[in-house]
Amino acid sequence: MDFSQQIAQYIVTGLTIGAIYAIVAMGFNIIHNATGIVNFAQCEFISLGGMFMYSLVVLFKVNPMISFFISMAGVAIIGALIEIGPIRHARSKEIIVLIFLTIGLSEVLRGTAQEVWGTDNVGVPAFSGENPIHLLGGGTIVPQHIWVFAITVLVMLMLHYFFKKTLMGKAMRATSVNRRAAALVGISVNRIILFSFAFSGALGAVAGIIIAPISTTSYDTGIMLGLKGFAAAILGGYGNFAGAILGGVILGLLESLGAGLISSQYKDAIAFFVLLLVLFLKPAGIMGYGEAERV
Amino acid sequence: MLKIDGISSHYSGVQALDEIFLALAEGEILALVGGNGAGKTTLLNLISGIIRPSRGKIVFKGKNIVSFSPEKIVELGIIQVPEGRHLFGPLTVRENLELGAYRRRGKRNKKKISEDFKYILQLFPVLEKRLNQRAETLSGGEQQMLAIGRGLMGKPVLLLLDEPSLGLAPLVVQEIISVIERLRKEGTTILLVEQNARAALRISDRAYVLKTGKIQLQGKASDLLEDEEVKRAYLGQDS
Repeated sequence: MDFSQQIAQYIVTGLTIGAIYAIVAMGFNIIHNATGIVNFAQCEFISLGGMFMYSLVVLFKVNPMISFFISMAGVAIIGALIEIGPIRHARSKEIIVLIFLTIGLSEVLRGTAQEVWGTDNVGVPAFSGENPIHLLGGGTIVPQHIWVFAITVLVMLMLHYFFKKTLMGKAMRATSVNRRAAALVGISVNRIILFSFAFSGALGAVAGIIIAPISTTSYDTGIMLGLKGFAAAILGGYGNFAGAILGGVILGLLESLGAGLISSQYKDAIAFFVLLLVLFLKPAGIMGYGEAERV
Repeated sequence: MLKIDGISSHYSGVQALDEIFLALAEGEILALVGGNGAGKTTLLNLISGIIRPSRGKIVFKGKNIVSFSPEKIVELGIIQVPEGRHLFGPLTVRENLELGAYRRRGKRNKKKISEDFKYILQLFPVLEKRLNQRAETLSGGEQQMLAIGRGLMGKPVLLLLDEPSLGLAPLVVQEIISVIERLRKEGTTILLVEQNARAALRISDRAYVLKTGKIQLQGKASDLLEDEEVKRAYLGQDS
């Protein structure tokens, strides 16, 4: 394999992992826009998505397509329960307290997952076989990478449609801009928050499900993916949807090229180095408006 | 239609309203005048369910709504156009208007809503050219028109207008006042809060004068316009 083929390979890998980060970043953004908090339980949504998929497809031999939707719905319900229970009934509504609460919830979910599934990494079969497809120019791509792309693009288009065209999507944007005004036009802010937790659960699950055949899955795969998705969200501008895509793709590419060209030992460090750099140089992120506009 | 029955309100230990009694009949415009900090906005927010009173009842069409959530109160048709407009800034003018009709969501109302949409553009023709612009890019006067338009999209049974003329140029104030008069002719019940007492009293049927959380005076708007005390305190020297 010559150098340009290698680069092409790194780019394909980078875009794939970047797509995952983008979906995860969206999940962080949706909850942030509804509530103002960072939901660290987002990491567990990813692990749970992967593990639900594994259980259904591998252990119970359920059709992968059906498993996909059941896993997604299952994690969405868990997201909703987190909101209906602990988040809604927290005595303090201080942002920082709620963020710590999500860290605690994340631990509880991960501990439970560990009890249920153990600590082994398990594989999930690829959606349509493992035979690599040869690309023009000589590189190869595994079909699962194409699935990841296609599903990510589909998810992004659906999100775009939802937030721009549906009344519910507009109500969610309105709530993130001005909660009081939202209440004054009759939007139930509680309902929006509940919905955003379920929504983020579903998104986290999708990320965990589609990556599982590529990188295997376990009770805690979501931690690394989640934190990198978080880094992608910060890089793009926290709360900004176009920023999430951009941040995810940039981070994925940097990570993949860095690992390939410098050393794969630094793979994880790259994301966090980028995170620190953004926080030092432009805390509002690439697409962010800056502190003043955050309502 | 609306009866405020002995409402008191405190926040952070300070008494904002002290045993307010007030009644509003269907189809009338009632003005609430008074200086800064008199408790006018507090009263509107109590009616809208944004804050809770420490004592008293708010009865709307025979129902005590004092413990209702803001969205439930909107569902009853009590719609507030808040002071300072509170638009959804990054959303377009069109989206702001659409969200105004949120309480009427669902297929059944689609046709009615688009009729009201046209009606509002006819009330405020400047908005038509701005439909796809972000609300935050509008001028102050246009923003106030949009805020009122958004309120009207909810088809208010009772419209609460908080300082609709605040900070606007005289011509724009004129335009907004004529819209309020038109709404009254069409039968909307309005509770109007204004620091611009003269304008408020001119277009209202009755008025209450609020001072430091208490009702100081009440009566027919035309009588209050002639009242010596009101003239001195709220209408300025030149009257």
